[in-house]
Amino acid sequence: MKVAVVGAGPAGVRAVEALLAHDIRPVWIDEAMDGGGRIYQRPPAGLRRDAKTLYGFEAPRATALHAALDAAKPRADWRPETLVWNIRPGQRQLSTLSAGRQGVVEYDAAILCTGAMDRVVPVKGWTLPGVTTMGGAQIALKSQGCGIGQRVAFLGSGPLLWLVAYQYAKAGAEVVAVLDTTRFATKLAAAPGMLRGPATFAKGLYYIGWLRAHGIRIAEGVTPLAIEGAGSVSGLSWRDAKGGVHRVECDAVGLGWGLKPEAQLADLAGIPFVFDAAQHNWVPRRDAAGRTPVTGIYLAGDGSGIGGAEVAEVAGARAALALLQDAGRRVETAALDRKLASLGRFRVALEKAFPFPSHLAAGLPDDALFCRCEGLTVGELRATTTGPAIPAPELNRAKAISRAGMGRCQGRVCGAAAAEILAAQLGCSVAEVGRLRGQAPVKPIPLTATP
Amino acid sequence: MKLVRLRDTDRATLHLTLEGSGLAALEGDTVLTALLAGGAGHLRDSEFGDGHRAGFCLMGACQDCWVVVEGLGRVRACATLAKDGMKVRRG
Repeated sequence: MKVAVVGAGPAGVRAVEALLAHDIRPVWIDEAMDGGGRIYQRPPAGLRRDAKTLYGFEAPRATALHAALDAAKPRADWRPETLVWNIRPGQRQLSTLSAGRQGVVEYDAAILCTGAMDRVVPVKGWTLPGVTTMGGAQIALKSQGCGIGQRVAFLGSGPLLWLVAYQYAKAGAEVVAVLDTTRFATKLAAAPGMLRGPATFAKGLYYIGWLRAHGIRIAEGVTPLAIEGAGSVSGLSWRDAKGGVHRVECDAVGLGWGLKPEAQLADLAGIPFVFDAAQHNWVPRRDAAGRTPVTGIYLAGDGSGIGGAEVAEVAGARAALALLQDAGRRVETAALDRKLASLGRFRVALEKAFPFPSHLAAGLPDDALFCRCEGLTVGELRATTTGPAIPAPELNRAKAISRAGMGRCQGRVCGAAAAEILAAQLGCSVAEVGRLRGQAPVKPIPLTATP
Repeated sequence: MKLVRLRDTDRATLHLTLEGSGLAALEGDTVLTALLAGGAGHLRDSEFGDGHRAGFCLMGACQDCWVVVEGLGRVRACATLAKDGMKVRRG
């Protein structure tokens, strides 16, 4: 049986480990130079910080995952630095690109563990050099030992906001402000549910407490106004919950509102998507074990809906067992199923604590750029709903008119905000404006790539 | 944009060029780190005239850090390791 696993983050590692334990040797593909995913990304050779410094509280988990990764690599058909840019479910083929050369991987069954990226809301000035995603700011520090600037502000919401601010301050960067767009009351209301994940909840409180104790400026319930600067970032302004306007001088800003699935391959595989109200995002349809309506395709990890690294590890192993079950093997799944169910309840509380700020995207001024790739303004997107072309009733029509989501990132960065802006303009729900359909190649590939 | 080296600074030095001018980096740097820690300020200009860009996601997804490396063609600076002698142009 030919099995392919795409992705070597927490889900991919545990999926491959489970397959190997049942004598299946998968083709195992990751776009990065090494496995570990983004959360447990290892720095390139030459950087030498230990796991405790790199991963903090997560060091034992990271170390265990790296051990499993390193043990699995030589036993699987391991292919790093390889992009899967298309999937043909009919032919059961993956199209790949590695070192400028195209390839084809045939499979009978495939587990897609494609991970996630930051979910961002545009802010006026967000294309200036010095602005990165929250995840990007973390990668700079973790994988490269660098801060994104000398005086850094963090803006957004969600657990990563506090974690990254803490990591920066600990590493010696000057954190000039941590600005949470969620009101304190919203988080407080979700606190009872968060106690379902006491360890995670406690870690969050620890970071916030540490930042406060070190006198770092914190504001909650803020509305971002603009990232300012000529040629690069020089300041950030916002309005507080009572209407007062504030500004800090900084040379870098990290932005992020949680994560969104990198589900492009699931889309090209033909899996239907459903709007998940709790995550406020479209996710590919799958059952709790990772089975999808497309025969032979299984999903696990954040690429199939955001659940976090701990869930991803369990889900990766479970998807591998689902694949084995469907191939007629007898496997024991009850323990994993119980664990997934219990972890899932904490996630619901987390989403309630940090809801996606629809109002911020919908309230952007007309002259703010929302699409980095095509240089489109919010006003240009809003104009697609009124003509002169046939007015856009949904996102893909708006894309055809305006090129929103047609650029080099394929809507990864602007898609979530574009949906909010359009929904507000049309006066409908964000689910009703639909989602940008995926297209191959899922990332740009050179025309010169040889077969 | 200036990346600030905070940790792991004890590494071998690499020498690259950007638009023909010399630039020192450290072993293990990505091209993005090498350039932005080395004082390049930005990586490319928006095709639509809205100014400089210097990457955004740093994880290979947003495609906003394209540069041209001699012999490799157009690459994502964040997903390409810097090598001694690399000749880089802005994207």
